[in-house]
Amino acid sequence: MHPAPSVIIFSTLSGLGFGLLFWLGIDLTPPTGGVAFAFFFIGFALAVGGLLSSTFHLGHPERAWRALSQWRTSWLSREGICAVAALCVMGLYALCLIFFATHIVILGWIGALLSLLTVFTTSMIYAQLDTVPRWKTPLTPALYLSFSLAGGALLSGRITIAIALLAIAAVIQIFWWIRGDNALTISGTDMGTATGLGERGTVRSMAHPHTAPNYLVKEFIYVIGRKHAQKLRVIAFVLTFALPLVILALLPFSHILAAIAVLSHIAGVATSRWLFFAEAEHVVGHYYGMR
Amino acid sequence: MTDLPTQTDRSLGLVIDLDTCVGCHACVISCKGWNTENYGAPLSDQRPYGTEPMGTFLNRVHSYEVQPEDGTAQTVHFPKSCLHCESAPCVIVCPTGASYKRVEDGIVLVNEDHCIGCGLCAWACPYGARELDQEEGVMKKCTLCVDRIYNENLPKEDQIPSCVRTCPAGARHFGDLSDPNSDVSQLVESRGGFDLMPEMGTKPVNKYLPPRPKDSWDDQSLLAPLLKPVAEEPVGFLGWLDKALDKLPGGSA
Repeated sequence: MHPAPSVIIFSTLSGLGFGLLFWLGIDLTPPTGGVAFAFFFIGFALAVGGLLSSTFHLGHPERAWRALSQWRTSWLSREGICAVAALCVMGLYALCLIFFATHIVILGWIGALLSLLTVFTTSMIYAQLDTVPRWKTPLTPALYLSFSLAGGALLSGRITIAIALLAIAAVIQIFWWIRGDNALTISGTDMGTATGLGERGTVRSMAHPHTAPNYLVKEFIYVIGRKHAQKLRVIAFVLTFALPLVILALLPFSHILAAIAVLSHIAGVATSRWLFFAEAEHVVGHYYGMR
Repeated sequence: MTDLPTQTDRSLGLVIDLDTCVGCHACVISCKGWNTENYGAPLSDQRPYGTEPMGTFLNRVHSYEVQPEDGTAQTVHFPKSCLHCESAPCVIVCPTGASYKRVEDGIVLVNEDHCIGCGLCAWACPYGARELDQEEGVMKKCTLCVDRIYNENLPKEDQIPSCVRTCPAGARHFGDLSDPNSDVSQLVESRGGFDLMPEMGTKPVNKYLPPRPKDSWDDQSLLAPLLKPVAEEPVGFLGWLDKALDKLPGGSA
């Protein structure tokens, strides 16, 4: 799958932003005044910035409001509704904390739940697709949720929780990668079932429909990054989990080190998300004899 | 709403004969022509005369080689367009309701005025039947020439999809696949028509007819015994020439 920068930026930043908003929402003793403003500003900047970025890959961003209408069947529609609801509720919760130093517990919990639901609906956009076997697994929502919760804990300075959640997310990431490498083969879809000619013999693509790559090839058969996939996995793993864990667990606390841990985590998540797309094989590749 | 209809009154679709298709791409061209000039946004091209030309097509023809375990390989030309699936995965993922399946005839269409061009329906389609137009930013797909098949301003023989009307080999058939007595259903029945990627659960309406088995190279003609070579080894002048050439430096063949 083509790793569109706008979608990678969206899922990286929004995941972190909604993760941070979750932890702020369930905080028993949340910050108020200026400190609250700083935390909520970061949360909203990440979540809203990511959402705005995601509209850049649309053919007609001016019609994006229509995407709120099909919640009955479409995970993308559900994501839009959850995101808007989460931002509205958390916005109200934040205003009360910042300007009135008033902690409305129930509002925080509803906002936190909606924030997590947003991340879940994002992950289901991918996990629902039979056409991309690498994504079609309950491990995909687990991956997105664990990343979001761990990143949010890290951003909100919950060190003990962040250490535990980063470790959990790391394990899910490894399982997700291992399962994904065989997913296409296990799916049972191949050139034989794609063409219906598999029982007659070995099917080989002799000629593509056109001499140059088309939209389908560019969007669904992205092979450029695969050469370096293993190296990038190691880089993603070190940046997302290993370095932040070392800083949090072994080194004395300092704001500079904490900032390094956060930046390293963000860069790592972005790398992991790039791989999420670049490594994913769409079954339409079978028609082109490619994967 | 992007809910799929539980049942459609008819299931209009295509039956494509892989035995007859000669891979001439005439259906591709007629489709591109008709659908650029008629329903919805035109099908754009990018760099049509430059390097890496590309464009939006609703119908594309692949060519495959099928190598059986024994015998010779077979070439199969393979036209592919929207299969107007009963359980269309592209429709239910659409966030705006722009994609829909019609109750009256089962045709899957895109309302281009509501399409935001997110591309998710193309992701959900296993067949590569949907292409995002790079110029218009909306999703394009086969309409089964909905603007021909009900168009009474056209002569009767033209009230079928453009690709079917054009095919010089008669490899494309159009009709109601929900009616067991229709010509297309009879054709599917008699020729063993099949679905593409049935494991995806999309329940395609369009069907493909398998190529017929080819003659074997080992098939013997009745006249074969009479046509046996009269001499296995060359005799006479050719025999002398054969031996003489063998004796020249360079060894025998």
